Amino acid sequence: MEIMYVYTKKCCEFGHPCNFSESAVLHVDIPPNPSLEANFIEEDLCIVGTQCSQKMSEHEVNTNSMESVSQGINHVEGGWPKSVNAENLDVTNRYKKKVEKDEHYQNSIQHLASLIDHCIKQNNATDIYQEYFEDEEVVEETEEQQTAKFINVFRDPNKVKRTATCLSWHPNSNHKLAVAYSCLEFQRAPKDMSFDSYIWDIENPCKPEMTLKPVSPLVCLEYNPKDSHILVGGSYNGQIVYWDTRSGSHPVEMSAIEHSHRNPVYKVIWLHSTGDTFSASTDGQVLWWDIRKMSEPIDRLVLDPNKKGNLEDALGAISMDFETTMPTKFMVGTEQGLVVTCNLKAQTPADKIACTYSSHHGPIYALQRNPFYPKCFLTVADWTARIWSEDIKGSSIMSTKYHKSSLLDGCWSPVRPSVFFTVKMDGTLDAWDLLLKQKNPTLSLKVCYEALYSIRVQDKGRFLGCGSRLGTVTMLEMTPGLCTLQRNEKGLVSELFERETKRGKILESKQREMFLKERSLSEQSKEVGGKLGDEEESEEELLALAEREFFEIVESCKGKDEENKREKVEDRGC
Amino acid sequence: MAKVEETLKRIQSQKGVQGIIIVNAEGIPIKSTLDNSSTVQYAAHIQQLLMKARSMVREVDPQNDLTFLRVRSKKNEIMIAPDKDYFLIVIQNPTE
Repeated sequence: MEIMYVYTKKCCEFGHPCNFSESAVLHVDIPPNPSLEANFIEEDLCIVGTQCSQKMSEHEVNTNSMESVSQGINHVEGGWPKSVNAENLDVTNRYKKKVEKDEHYQNSIQHLASLIDHCIKQNNATDIYQEYFEDEEVVEETEEQQTAKFINVFRDPNKVKRTATCLSWHPNSNHKLAVAYSCLEFQRAPKDMSFDSYIWDIENPCKPEMTLKPVSPLVCLEYNPKDSHILVGGSYNGQIVYWDTRSGSHPVEMSAIEHSHRNPVYKVIWLHSTGDTFSASTDGQVLWWDIRKMSEPIDRLVLDPNKKGNLEDALGAISMDFETTMPTKFMVGTEQGLVVTCNLKAQTPADKIACTYSSHHGPIYALQRNPFYPKCFLTVADWTARIWSEDIKGSSIMSTKYHKSSLLDGCWSPVRPSVFFTVKMDGTLDAWDLLLKQKNPTLSLKVCYEALYSIRVQDKGRFLGCGSRLGTVTMLEMTPGLCTLQRNEKGLVSELFERETKRGKILESKQREMFLKERSLSEQSKEVGGKLGDEEESEEELLALAEREFFEIVESCKGKDEENKREKVEDRGC
Repeated sequence: MAKVEETLKRIQSQKGVQGIIIVNAEGIPIKSTLDNSSTVQYAAHIQQLLMKARSMVREVDPQNDLTFLRVRSKKNEIMIAPDKDYFLIVIQNPTE
């Protein structure tokens, strides 16, 4: 039953507010239909909770950050009566003795002593706080959703925000985090940008524990793993600086600027054995320093792929890895997308560069060997993260898919061989578990809205810090699923890597075969043609060959098409 | 006087007892087996805790009163027996 009422209105009156008025004209009256009642059942009375407040679906509340300062209180003895001078030992002793002679005192003490006695004996009889079932094994965890908890956020206290380019955890206590701040965009650093880098205490996100004041902003910063008071940093102007936290915010010593790098120093690593450091920079050099004598580097290596030591041809180094279990080798990731392995003990500079791996399209932002299987290493560059095996130089053994935003940093988990973390330009942190899923990250978290430039996992593997473009360092705690070693994990991971390495080797050998075959074929065709090895002519021949093949294929396809058409016509005819 | 000494000696000889302090209502430590600085610290803090605990018990139920307070910490247990004018503190480490 349709109810319709038509009225007309002038165009000029459109948009005017409605004026309602009472009228006695009844247009439609629809009485209730009792037969429809059969479709409904009356609901029993039930208890429903109500609340007289605003209904909200999801509401976030964030309190103001409260700044707390730790202060000590000095307790002074008080309570002494006016006649007694608290300092005077004699007087106080006399007072005490007087009190002890008081009978009331003696009675109370008797009474109290009996109470206390009872409790002491109780304590000695049984330990009521005994931990039961302590030795029982922890129940196997079922597949729980992997998550990470945000513990703390450390923001750059300066007005002009800089990128947190490098993080370093304190080697022993793990309560401190050193963060290097700088502006990596070329010549975009504002004039009043502060050069300071900070050491934060993870319990106190309001104020950094210590400020490090270099002459030029620090691009990378590392704690000395042997001596937790010493830090070395590489700065934007190419100098290496070192601090001792006991002696204050100013650097203890800086390298001489004539002998330092000419570009920002992107990575500094401590050599465990000798206490030296070596630094890498995009000017193509890797320099070794003894921190006691910073006026000149001990040694220098130019990353020239032609092995001539030519600085102009050198590749810019942007990341480096040194594994203490392999003290003679180290790897450098370059801006050009090549990974170069170098030999420390080589005699001539030419031998220093052992081999290169190339597959990436952009600068290699992170390079790290797997802490459990040093033969495999992770590189993070452009839009992928790849895992390589040392033996296979042609390509990576495993690679993540191409992401939508570029990956800027990554690292392995120090406790689990199959877990690694990567951070992206859109502010996402991905945790990958190779044993669970290889195509997608196990956990993907949006940490912040701006790009995340650096990530570092603490030695215990539980906490990690990631630094963003606006200088915000977020500290996260991973679920135990991501930081406890599972059973058989090492075995499974080594199998995985071996399998992939084998596959890589097979592919490589196949490629080589094909290449050799092609070469021999082209040589044969050259002989048959009777022409000299003139490159241009062989090219023309190849072109002619390609054209012929192409047209042959086209003809054959056309032929097939016509056959199909004829068949169809016949079918229809039948 | 001798009885008090005897009582305290008895308590001190129990297994795990680390120290005994007797404090009067004003917070002055009358007798103690610990060194002066610790004594003063314990006396001051515990007196405040005791007042708070007592007021809590009485506010919840005015007819009630605090008879004993035990504070168990990681390292030891502090037992406080309050009275009208004095209180007795014993620090014990039972799981030696």
